[in-house]
Amino acid sequence: MKEVRINGVSTTVADGTTVAAAILNAVTEGFRLSVSGERRFPLCGMGTCFECRVTIDGVRHRRSCQTVVENGMEINTD
Amino acid sequence: MSQRLETEILIVGGGAAGLAAAAEAVGKRVTIVDDNPRLGGQIWRAELGQIKSPEARRLIGRLELNEVSVIGNAVVFAASNDRTVLAETPEGRLEIGFDRLISATGARERFLPFPGWTLPNVFGAGGLQALVKGGLNVESKRVVVAGTGPLLLAVADYLKANGARVLVVAEQTPPANLARFGLGLWRHPGKLAQAVGLKRRLGGVKFKAGTWVVAAEGREKLQTVRLSGIDKPIVCDYLACGFHLVPNTELAATLGCEVAAGLVTVDKFQRTSVPNLLCAGEPTGIGGVELALIEGRIAGLAAAGKFEDARRLFSTRKKYRAFAASLDRCYELREEFKNVPQPDTIVCRCEDVKLESLKGFESFRDAKLQTRCGMGPCQGRVCGGATQFLFNWKPDTVRPPIFPVRVEDL
Amino acid sequence: MLDKKQTQPVSKDSSPASVNARPSTFDAAIIGAGIVGAACAAALAREGFSVGVIDSNGPASGATAAAMGHIVAMDDSEAQFALTSYSQRLWNEFADRMPIESEFENCGTIWVAADDEELEEAIRKREFYASRQVSAEVLDEHSLRDAEPNLRPGLAGGLLVRGDSVVYQPIATRFLLGLAEASGARRIFGKRAVGITENGVRLDDSTMISAGKVIVAAGCDSNELVGGLGIRRKKGHLVITDRYPNFVRHQLVELGYLKSAHAGGSESVAFNIQPRITGQVLVGSSRQYDIDDAAVDFGIVRQMMSRAWSYMPELANLSALRIWTGFRPATDDNLPMIGRHPVRGNVFLATGHEGLGITTSLGTAELLTDEILGRESAIDRSPYSPVRAIK
Repeated sequence: MKEVRINGVSTTVADGTTVAAAILNAVTEGFRLSVSGERRFPLCGMGTCFECRVTIDGVRHRRSCQTVVENGMEINTD
Repeated sequence: MSQRLETEILIVGGGAAGLAAAAEAVGKRVTIVDDNPRLGGQIWRAELGQIKSPEARRLIGRLELNEVSVIGNAVVFAASNDRTVLAETPEGRLEIGFDRLISATGARERFLPFPGWTLPNVFGAGGLQALVKGGLNVESKRVVVAGTGPLLLAVADYLKANGARVLVVAEQTPPANLARFGLGLWRHPGKLAQAVGLKRRLGGVKFKAGTWVVAAEGREKLQTVRLSGIDKPIVCDYLACGFHLVPNTELAATLGCEVAAGLVTVDKFQRTSVPNLLCAGEPTGIGGVELALIEGRIAGLAAAGKFEDARRLFSTRKKYRAFAASLDRCYELREEFKNVPQPDTIVCRCEDVKLESLKGFESFRDAKLQTRCGMGPCQGRVCGGATQFLFNWKPDTVRPPIFPVRVEDL
Repeated sequence: MLDKKQTQPVSKDSSPASVNARPSTFDAAIIGAGIVGAACAAALAREGFSVGVIDSNGPASGATAAAMGHIVAMDDSEAQFALTSYSQRLWNEFADRMPIESEFENCGTIWVAADDEELEEAIRKREFYASRQVSAEVLDEHSLRDAEPNLRPGLAGGLLVRGDSVVYQPIATRFLLGLAEASGARRIFGKRAVGITENGVRLDDSTMISAGKVIVAAGCDSNELVGGLGIRRKKGHLVITDRYPNFVRHQLVELGYLKSAHAGGSESVAFNIQPRITGQVLVGSSRQYDIDDAAVDFGIVRQMMSRAWSYMPELANLSALRIWTGFRPATDDNLPMIGRHPVRGNVFLATGHEGLGITTSLGTAELLTDEILGRESAIDRSPYSPVRAIK
């Protein structure tokens, strides 16, 4: 199991879980706000649509569906 | 940090075609790169980091035997000359020099816009499946699966097996097409057996052909789905909607390979128009896993100079190509879809460009310059397919980087 | 008031060489629908000329599409300053008429001085501008970083020129063309101009566009239409990132450019970065002579980007979405050619703008129109006259 923080809230997540799945399971206000302010969730699940972008460990625009959780990760959504 | 490695055969894509190619290219130094943390591509995508498919595990075992070097989390974004590609990894920039390259970059789902498609909890069909494989818990979730293509049934099957309540599978193709396709399955006994198994497992799930999503509705997230020809909106948690597949030809295109009608041109040995480049699997034509495997094997053998061995596989490939062609005919997109998006429906999700802003342009490039459609990070992967269907626009030329890349890694 | 127009006898096409000629008759045919051609079309149409605009593709498809959209007063020479500052005044007047999608933003330029030598240059530059009524303010190390927090510490300072702007030029070009068409101009797109006669322009489908005057605004392709221009292609690269609002606030250009641009042989890079209204960051710049290949050169890109992040370290972490190249049409003396051809009476040039085409498009259009109407311009036209340039 891995421990991560999503928008400041600690949560425990199974090994091998993607950041996208972790956010969806945490039932939180993920992921990003579109250019005109719409809330967006992932669409393609495979790294091509870029809707799942979140900030991971301070770096913006990371594709959460292509990133596996690691211990201590700081995940921030829009 | 920038690194360089040299290899003889570079295989880009660790799905079915790439793995099959790597397993056959014996006697040469082979490197396989994939953008995911684990091999397997889409159809054999790892579940919580574990590869489940026995076929995939067998092939991966062969890789270890053949001492194939595997680089995961590597996104190839450009070619810097005709023998070198550039990739981005978590450690930084990676330059890979090669003698031959096999592009096995697979396919992505096609998305078509409809009112409400940008609502949270509207996913692709393959998209939702991929998220579940990545750990999304769908236990007891009410799911509508819609769109077109054999993927819908596979997705419904998988979701059900993971505890979801699949309310309906809505396939746009007319029942007559499916019947014709079904009748033709006798030619492909393996496929027929798969279909029978699927039918059995999906026993309780409602299946409707000739119907499609006209709108997804909800305030801040999805609440109901409206299907054509059905009055009552369906209350659900998730909509998994995709319209078959689009080949990922960007790598081949940026390497200078001929791409015609959206497919990479290859000869009988899977060689492209560029002498040292080959291509196998979905980018040469959407055909499913068996075709990808056999094309991968032929490409791997050809890249290693084993043309006689490759030849022996031609007749099997021919069989699988025939199946793929019948698939194509079955799942053609209806003209009615062109009327489904409304003027205020968003078409380009990266830049929030609505349908009404796109009327009157003659090409994707023109629309891009004037409306920003296609200028976002997806580089037209979502809206390109949609606008091609809606307006018959030719896609723009592919320019590197074919994926966004950290400035430092350029 | 000035005359509306001087009417030239409009000749119908009677050239026996054009077998498939359809009578298409204009006072002026403009070859090239880039920003310069579009601006000329708008100005001439405004004055009552009937104008046809010819382009083998569509609006803004050549160097215009690839450009940075920086509107800047440049001081490399008196003539360059005169044209750029005149044009800048015109842009400022024009800005309100443009649609919001043209993203005109008066963000200003900061010329960045890395060391004391460059700071001297900044001071000299300020004197030059000040004596010509362009307001500019010298910044020291601290006020530079106040203005642009993402610049690395240790830079000597810079020069802030508030009057400079940026614009999204594909939209501006389309808007100018729209103005021209609203005054009766016509577009002839999808056909390539292959020759100019005394009657007009011959197209690649063998039709003749009959016109009293022909204006060549074809950028790098102008050489094919008029001999002796000697325009050289100067290749440039640009990189644009994802959205990072407020990462950079002004257009930033290094003063060291002068050192790097003239030092190396035919290849150089310089720090030149622009904020887009979307929050995207546009990064340049590179120059390479005598390359015909439009393909992205990753060696040059790496040089260009590493120079850029040496000024703004955080740039290295941003996500780059697209890279493109363009060819600037460069003349020997770095000044455009604007005006009547020395020998061919019906041919006018509006080309060779190198890296200042966006800025000087509006000024070019006015100078050209003034010459055709036989009236004086707001600035002296002679430095740009084709007479000095054509061999």
